[in-house]
Amino acid sequence: MAKVLVVTSGKGGVGKTTSTAALGAALASAGKNVVLIDFDVGLRNLDLVMGAERRVVYDLINVVQGDAKLAQALIRDKRVPTLSLLPASQTRDKDALSDEGVSRVIAELKEKFDWVICDSPAGIERGATLAMRHADVAIVVTNPEVSSVRDSDRIIGLLDSKTERAEKGERVEKHLLLTRFDAVRAGRGEMLNVEDVLEILSIPLLGIIPESSEVLRASNLGSPITLNNPASAAARAYFDAAKRLNGEALDMTIPSDRKGLFGKLFGRRAA
Amino acid sequence: MTTVATPRQSIRFHGRSYHAMVLSPEPPLADWLAGLDAWLARSPGFFFGRPVVLDLAVLQPGKQGVAELLQNLAERNIKVMGIEGAEPSWLDFAMPPLLLSGRQANSIPGDHPPAAAEASAPALSSDPAPDAAAAPASAEAASPPASVAPEAPPAQHPNSLLLDSPVRSGQCIVHPEGDVIVVGSVASGAEVIAGGSIHIYGTLRGRAVAGSRDSRARIFCRKLEAELLSIDGLYMVAEDMPAHLRGQPIQVWLEGDSMVMAQD
Repeated sequence: MAKVLVVTSGKGGVGKTTSTAALGAALASAGKNVVLIDFDVGLRNLDLVMGAERRVVYDLINVVQGDAKLAQALIRDKRVPTLSLLPASQTRDKDALSDEGVSRVIAELKEKFDWVICDSPAGIERGATLAMRHADVAIVVTNPEVSSVRDSDRIIGLLDSKTERAEKGERVEKHLLLTRFDAVRAGRGEMLNVEDVLEILSIPLLGIIPESSEVLRASNLGSPITLNNPASAAARAYFDAAKRLNGEALDMTIPSDRKGLFGKLFGRRAA
Repeated sequence: MTTVATPRQSIRFHGRSYHAMVLSPEPPLADWLAGLDAWLARSPGFFFGRPVVLDLAVLQPGKQGVAELLQNLAERNIKVMGIEGAEPSWLDFAMPPLLLSGRQANSIPGDHPPAAAEASAPALSSDPAPDAAAAPASAEAASPPASVAPEAPPAQHPNSLLLDSPVRSGQCIVHPEGDVIVVGSVASGAEVIAGGSIHIYGTLRGRAVAGSRDSRARIFCRKLEAELLSIDGLYMVAEDMPAHLRGQPIQVWLEGDSMVMAQD
């Protein structure tokens, strides 16, 4: 049974696209058939983060408007064969997305894939509402700071009212992904801590991704962190989040790259 | 010669209703104007572009008085679109028309968008002269707060709205008929507006506007982080709230013309 997942946040720059790529790659590495759709028409980025920017021929708009077939527009990843990408158009704007067209594309993708992951643009306008419209599951990406938390709260309200499921009286399953988390700074009170964010948003936590320079390095290399450096703390956090999405119950930990001498010597044995 | 009668299109008339703000000056007029000036000093441009109706039922200024009052308001850049509660003989042709069909409305009508609600609710309230709709009711109910208990409260229908989920940022809950109970938190940037009391079994981080029809209404919350609290038109922003009550379980009620807040 295919699931449609939207990765959304309201605020920009919190890590939606990075998380979409990392989670998609993690799910695909675990053997699932995964397609990533970039809904950020006009400001497409997912192709860059996935390292597929040189292979884009047709895009979502072409498929929505019927100019290209879905199979022509899908780009299969070279590293993980079960991972595909449907890029956004850079030259058009979000008005080119029609509700019926998006419904048709998503219905078609649901027949072929296990996970259809929609990378939402920032904001609460047309692009974002269309990206969340057909979702069964939503991941709300939040940074531990007040503006991001408030925007996420707004998006959760929209997920409860503007989605197809909400209109049918059903619920969209919502998960919180806390990104760019720095345990040391949160401990010093310079950032919101996990409890604060959970208390405000009151949705279940899917994972905590530690702030890491590896994430930016991977994005610039055009490779999701979960493929580029699977041993890094951020990648391990994404792998855990992907397992939780598949229904596994794991203890919530914040992986860390920092290890003392003892950790280096005994880290493996302790784990 | 015959004149050709060209078929003319008939003129169309529409009826339309608008929300307008009602200003009702009270005697002594000099004090009322001083109060208005104080309000304008705090919120310059508040009346800019807003339709204002002048209710003269309380002031009863007479023909000369109307002209002076209009002059006074014009000096403050308040444009009056119509006059209510006046004798037709007081008005001349150059003055705004006499409105007869206006009915008293709730100061926070249920059907208007959040932006308008947030503008009109605290606005009408903080006006030194309470608007005509609210004045008689609040005067009766508020002056002897202890003795009103045996009297039947104005709206005691079993008409409360229970919300089982948190109120998210950007959502606006409007329930003019009774109490609102939220089992969960009210987020920063969210708004709950009730005709009666507001009960929040969680943290109140947004705005709570209670008692648009009942000055006996109260606001309760488990943890106070509110941006704005208002009861029957009076309001208080976060800055005005006592610092030691932030983060505490509190209740707020009206005593006469002031809001009282206490820890629960």
